[in-house]
Amino acid sequence: MTWAGSIFDTAGSPAERIARLAWFLIIVSAVTYLLVLAATGIAMRRARVRRTQGELADTRPETGKRLTRNVAIATTLTTLILLVYVSATALTGKAIAWPLNAQQPLTIEVTGHQWWWQFRYRDSLPSNWLTTSNELHIPVGRPVRVILLSNDVIHSFWIPELHGKQDLIPGHRNTMWIKADRPGVWKARCAEFCGHQHAKMAFDVVAESPAQFAQWYVRQLASALPPTDSSAKHGYDVFVQRTCIMCHSINGTEAGSNVGPELTHIASRPSLAAGSLPNTRVNLTRWILNPQLIKPGVRMPPNALSPADMTALLDYLETLK
Amino acid sequence: MPAEHAVDTDPNSPASLHARLERVWRNGPGLWGWLTSVNHKSIALRSIITAFTFFGIAGVEAALMRVQLARPENSFIGPDLYNQLFTTHGSAMMFLFAVPMVQSVALYFVPIMIGTRNVAFPRLNAFGYWTYLIGGVLLFSGLFTNTGPDQGWFSYVPLAGPGFSPGKRVDIWAQMITFTEIAAIVAAIEVIVTVFKQRAPGMSLNRVPLFVWAMVVMSFMVLVAMPYVATASAMLAMDRLIATQFFNYTEGGDALLWQHLFWFFGHPEVYIIFIPGLGMVSAIVATFSRRPVFGYTAVVLSLVAIGFLSFGLWVHHMFATPLPQTGQTFFTAASAMIAIPTGVTIFCWIATIWSGRPRFDTPMLYVVGFIALFTIGGLTGLLLASVPVDLQITDTDFLPGHIHYVLLGGMVFPLFGALHYWFPKVTGRMMSERLGKVSFWLLFIGVNVTFFPQLLLGIAGMPRRVYTYLADTGWGGLNLTSSIGAGLIAVGIVVLVINIARSLAAGAAAGADPWGGETLEWAISSPAPDYNFAYIPIVHGRSALWADTGDLDAVAGLREDRREVLQTTMLDAVPDSRHEHPDPTIVPLLTALAVGVGLIWGILDPIGFDVGAVLTFIALAAWGWPQKTKPNTHEIVEVPK
Repeated sequence: MTWAGSIFDTAGSPAERIARLAWFLIIVSAVTYLLVLAATGIAMRRARVRRTQGELADTRPETGKRLTRNVAIATTLTTLILLVYVSATALTGKAIAWPLNAQQPLTIEVTGHQWWWQFRYRDSLPSNWLTTSNELHIPVGRPVRVILLSNDVIHSFWIPELHGKQDLIPGHRNTMWIKADRPGVWKARCAEFCGHQHAKMAFDVVAESPAQFAQWYVRQLASALPPTDSSAKHGYDVFVQRTCIMCHSINGTEAGSNVGPELTHIASRPSLAAGSLPNTRVNLTRWILNPQLIKPGVRMPPNALSPADMTALLDYLETLK
Repeated sequence: MPAEHAVDTDPNSPASLHARLERVWRNGPGLWGWLTSVNHKSIALRSIITAFTFFGIAGVEAALMRVQLARPENSFIGPDLYNQLFTTHGSAMMFLFAVPMVQSVALYFVPIMIGTRNVAFPRLNAFGYWTYLIGGVLLFSGLFTNTGPDQGWFSYVPLAGPGFSPGKRVDIWAQMITFTEIAAIVAAIEVIVTVFKQRAPGMSLNRVPLFVWAMVVMSFMVLVAMPYVATASAMLAMDRLIATQFFNYTEGGDALLWQHLFWFFGHPEVYIIFIPGLGMVSAIVATFSRRPVFGYTAVVLSLVAIGFLSFGLWVHHMFATPLPQTGQTFFTAASAMIAIPTGVTIFCWIATIWSGRPRFDTPMLYVVGFIALFTIGGLTGLLLASVPVDLQITDTDFLPGHIHYVLLGGMVFPLFGALHYWFPKVTGRMMSERLGKVSFWLLFIGVNVTFFPQLLLGIAGMPRRVYTYLADTGWGGLNLTSSIGAGLIAVGIVVLVINIARSLAAGAAAGADPWGGETLEWAISSPAPDYNFAYIPIVHGRSALWADTGDLDAVAGLREDRREVLQTTMLDAVPDSRHEHPDPTIVPLLTALAVGVGLIWGILDPIGFDVGAVLTFIALAAWGWPQKTKPNTHEIVEVPK
């Protein structure tokens, strides 16, 4: 079964192994459940027969012996099933915890913020380090070491198609390994309650061929181009003279704050507000005017921009491809 | 009997004995009598009603949440209120409903089932109730003034810490925990001492009813587990109020420390709630199968084993934190191990029904419902305890689905069975079988329609504790189904309440023993008199009322002009001494109020703790003030052969 977005819609080895174990346990559980229900049902039927025949409860020693034997058999069976269960768990656990034959792994530091995601791609060359927000690209077939960090509260990193979740805990460094075996575009969500907008703390995951990934990486690494047309130029002025610059950074400009998501290539992203809105001009307008209507409690304040300033700002942001 | 105590004309007639005992044991008149009561049944009953009220409020909260989630991007409730709702729902159900409820049922029936007149430490019992009430009122006052806790019922730091939860919301949560833990710990002490020291002569430990065993195991678990959460919540409160930094990693504290402390309590908590359910099921199965529960020793040992093992599983709530794989697998194995004793108890009940001659009245239906629902809870628990699978489904909607199967199946269904079973004993009237069956089926179907979709939603990737979800997730249909199920549950509860109200007003008279029960509570009239037993019975077997035909043997020699109870030895229940119980007093209420002043004022200003401490000291001094000594005699208790 490949239920889109579910834990069975697997695209990578750990998720695949977990799905197999989950199916196994679901089937074992279902059979066990039916056995328990059947035993209860038969017991009730026998009792009804005894009742209609006016017999009393059967407390004869020989019945007691038989019942003792049956309870012992059921208990032994339970124990055996549990032994298989623990063994299967341990084997799968070992398989997914081990680095996935890590040849030239890619290392990505993930930092959870209330309520957005920051990804920092490491490279042997410091100038090639790349920081993006709310959009994670990974190359198909290459193991990825994910380092999970948080500076505010606990979040949890979860791409169901690739692996189970791991928590981002302030003061602790958590690590996991993922690998996409096929290309795909998925939505990942924060899985640990982290305050007001836990519900709207998602990110887009794109698994693509190594060549496409390399292209994307180079594009993202590039600084933002200076605006050319007059409206976008005015929009840039709005960005750096109004509140935007207090929190956001755009590489290649004087905007360098680290409080909110960086916006160097905002126009290339599929969604806004940590995966809660499709990235369209209308949505971006709504978001900038009053984020509190879309994500109540979010750290970004409303911005009372004049229509002219807003148009210019949007024109500028749309150049950030 | 010394002559000066024989005030009635014929001191040996049963009627005059009842009248004398009634005069000594009854509560005082009016409101003052209500406030000063130290009778275990009065206090337990009001505690049961209080817990049921909190259950109702928390249930309404659940219904509101289901309305919000019925369709994607619904704007019925915003995140701020939603977070308060799910936090207070979980906290109230765990701390204000489940634990106080099972303890109250214990405090009501344990003394009767073991044949004594009151619970040990009656004033402590009253004090426990008042602290619990203050804690519960505090939590909901917070909610109704928009100061409801909003950090989740397990209050993970740093989210619950001073940096990310400013204001008083989390402080209210932490103090509510302290109140309810005080109440839970004193109740546990009372149950343990009552069972070990006040059993009727002849009720050696191997004859104690399974219900009582379950309550003893639960009480020991409370004694071990609750101090952890009380400590943790005090540390959290101190971090917030006086900057102690226990959980602040930037100052050398640790966020994971909270999780270990909390779950070392939190996992046993589930079993603290569920083991009494096993006790209630045992009582009902025996009575309605017309035979003692099969495998008494195996069931007792299983209960004890569950109690011990439940302390070794807490890490399975933390598999997504950085822990080595070998260590995690240990906790998977420990979690699997607990399924063995749990299985044994279920197999023993099935064997009891198998060889019995059961009547399927409403209480027994709830037992069958318990088996059908709880087993789903247990088996989905195996999925959650398996590290790799857990990493996928933990913190999704699978988890609320699972825990509601466990708690509704394992505790609420047995409790409702127990309600129908013991209602006649408490009120003297029978409940309607017809309405009972209607509400059973509504609840049974409602629980499945509500919570099975949540299991599926978790597999589909829906995180828990989200106030909304986008339409493109495709989760709308299952969520709507779940919300409809919640409606069925609500209707079921309404039918149940109607049944209670109608039966109270016009139910058929029950008589002492409407079901033909096995244990001692069915030997006394319904409703039970204030002194429970006019004659303390002597027990000759495991099934006190089924062992002999004819009248029970009884102990003579307890004084009837004072609240005297018989104490027996721990293992064999041989008469040991007589103990005089206190008369009604207002001091427990005053002490609880003094503690309340300290803990609640302390939220606003640390000076409140000091004031509360002084007031509590004064109240305790009044509590321990020497009473005017009544002349005491040291008669030997006579045990007729």
